[in-house]
Amino acid sequence: MSLTERKIWSWLEEVKDPEIPVLSLVDLGVITKVEIDKDEKVIISMTPTFIGCPALDYMKKDVEDVLAKNGISNYEVNVSLETSWNSNMISEKGRKALKQFGLAPPPKHNLIVDLDVLENVICPNCGSQNTVMKSPFGPTLCRAIHHCENCKETFEQFKPI
Amino acid sequence: MNNIALKDLLYKIADDQLIIGHRNSEWTGIGPILEEDIAFSSMAQDKIGHSYAFFNVLHELGESDPDTTAFLRNAEQFHNCQFVELPIGEYDFSLVRHFLFDHSEMIRFEMLTNSSFEPISLIARKLKGEVKYHIMHANVWIKKLGTATNESIERLQKSLDEAIPFALGIFEESKYEEELANEKIFPGEIALKERWIEQISDVLKQTELQLPDLSLTEARTGGRYGRHTEYLQPLLDEMSEVIKSDPTAEW
Repeated sequence: MSLTERKIWSWLEEVKDPEIPVLSLVDLGVITKVEIDKDEKVIISMTPTFIGCPALDYMKKDVEDVLAKNGISNYEVNVSLETSWNSNMISEKGRKALKQFGLAPPPKHNLIVDLDVLENVICPNCGSQNTVMKSPFGPTLCRAIHHCENCKETFEQFKPI
Repeated sequence: MNNIALKDLLYKIADDQLIIGHRNSEWTGIGPILEEDIAFSSMAQDKIGHSYAFFNVLHELGESDPDTTAFLRNAEQFHNCQFVELPIGEYDFSLVRHFLFDHSEMIRFEMLTNSSFEPISLIARKLKGEVKYHIMHANVWIKKLGTATNESIERLQKSLDEAIPFALGIFEESKYEEELANEKIFPGEIALKERWIEQISDVLKQTELQLPDLSLTEARTGGRYGRHTEYLQPLLDEMSEVIKSDPTAEW
């Protein structure tokens, strides 16, 4: 069977965010390009969520591993800022996965993130909108801490950015 | 493109980010409340990540690799402003510094999104979204504590008065202002400072705090060209203790 970009995208579905093991890198939106050049070389472009994210090196390694596992030896994985990641790039499937994992997905925004966007978060546990932001910073760079006044649980949110 | 001017700009940004990042990280474990402990730690990680992005660009322009550049220079080879190297002090001082420095950083990145040097504009575009959180955090606390109790207002005011001469040192002009502006790499420190004054004044107006008269304040400059306070070298010694124990180790 010949190698297609589509097939590579499906392999990449297996690669999960090391800190959020239910979310694939494809659904996270950090894989920005998959190409096969005329020499059959596979070129994958990735972009970081947060520039200081320590998970990026692991993600890159995991992408390389999945290519190798599928018998690809001629490949290149590049990290580039050409496509600048924002949280709108998380897919619908990704948002559902985040919610099931107990992380509130980031609301879609018009690229202007202000306090209104930050404070309107639905509790991933009970679905209530009666929540308050405790801190825009959390245990990893991409998470904020909120509290639900309805079910009294504190929860984390994948930050809109 | 003028590489000397470009490197001069990149070094000061990278060094500011690296040093303020390490200072912020000193709050890890000792923040006044848990959320603030996490906030300063998280911002520290962001800022050190930012410095890495700029050190990488420097590396592409022929400088040493990021680890060597970050950890194996002496104080007089650093281009950060003196403001970022000052000890964290009490929480009020760190908060005021965070407020004053991060506003300047945000405006600098906004200006750099239009830089003619693409690697810088790409990073700046990316970082703006991250720094926005830092600004929001700083503004919330300055407004809250700047209108809270007599003690909180007095303490912030005292820190503000102490910080301002150093904060003005952020805008120490480069030897290459003209080249950078002509080549549309960066519009310049004077333009940055004007916008900064507007932005911080807008927030301070909503508090009981008074911005000292800037025309009567002498800026603490020198940092951009290696003149530092007594506080930088001990910080660098601490930051580089591990790498210096075995510079060739593989991690």
